[in-house]
Amino acid sequence: MFTLLAYALAIGCLVVSLARDRDRTRTAFRKAVAAFTGILPDFAAVLGIVGLVLTFLSPKTVAGLIGAGTGFVGMVITSLIGAVTLIPGFVAFPLAKSLLDRGAGMAQIAVFVSTLMMVGFVTAPLEIRYFGKKVTILRNGLAYLYSFIVAFIIGLVVR
Amino acid sequence: MVREALRYRAFILIIVADVAIWAVWPSAGVTVLRHTFSNFAQMASVLPPVFLLIGLLDVWVPKETLMRFLGDRSGFLGVAISIVLGAAAAGPLYAAFPVAAIMMRKGAKFSNVIVFLGSWSTLKIPMVLFEASALGARFAITRWVASVLGVTAMALIIDRAVTKDEKRAIYARHEI
Repeated sequence: MFTLLAYALAIGCLVVSLARDRDRTRTAFRKAVAAFTGILPDFAAVLGIVGLVLTFLSPKTVAGLIGAGTGFVGMVITSLIGAVTLIPGFVAFPLAKSLLDRGAGMAQIAVFVSTLMMVGFVTAPLEIRYFGKKVTILRNGLAYLYSFIVAFIIGLVVR
Repeated sequence: MVREALRYRAFILIIVADVAIWAVWPSAGVTVLRHTFSNFAQMASVLPPVFLLIGLLDVWVPKETLMRFLGDRSGFLGVAISIVLGAAAAGPLYAAFPVAAIMMRKGAKFSNVIVFLGSWSTLKIPMVLFEASALGARFAITRWVASVLGVTAMALIIDRAVTKDEKRAIYARHEI
């Protein structure tokens, strides 16, 4: 869905650009390719790591681990799993729902969802290439801590 | 040729590890390779329009225009635009990095770039809709509102923690 929209937008802009200035469009194209090939080695490595992590921390394995802990210890466990895994939303949300149905705590699920999205442990090498070590560590570290606050708020609001 | 291969050394090392896993534990090895392949397939479908748009933005949008909306003096509006830009997106966070890079190259304020990144990571509207259908609107909305505050606050903290020189060095990475 998003991909289709992005293609429609990109192709639309490309057509307008071509109509207005061919040379400029060529430059834009060259810049796009250069930006992509410049970062491709890091992308390739990260996608390779994600392939490994997804195999040994599959949604099924994650479900087993999250089911195990409760209370604050359970939150720490689920937050760590959320931080290191990279499960796409359309798999993660139904998974979270089924865990809730099986008796997992609201706060644990909330911290899992939040860290899953905000903290990217495996994509950190890529983030470092763009923003450097300090910013990457700060952003992910703060996002990790903040996920506990989010979980606390959700624990209060959602019953 | 050799230099090209060297740039891919991390990736090559991972593939070697994948093959080693496959040799000692074929079933897991096949799964790893399948996941890796589907990751690449996803990247191949998501990234081309993103990079194409970045290239077009680079040649068509003047630095002054972007700075007016997202630059040092963009104020509250700049923060709001950064949130909306990130939230309107979908797709994995790694697609946000090259977009953030072009923002920096066009003179966007550092804190706005970090807000954009945070927004993309966790406030994406298409994803939140999906979240609401699975976990309930109350859950999704509460998380969204709490995250808006968090994303903004975290950007301010990071902005303070990173010195002027460090910011200049980060921006310099994206000059061409």
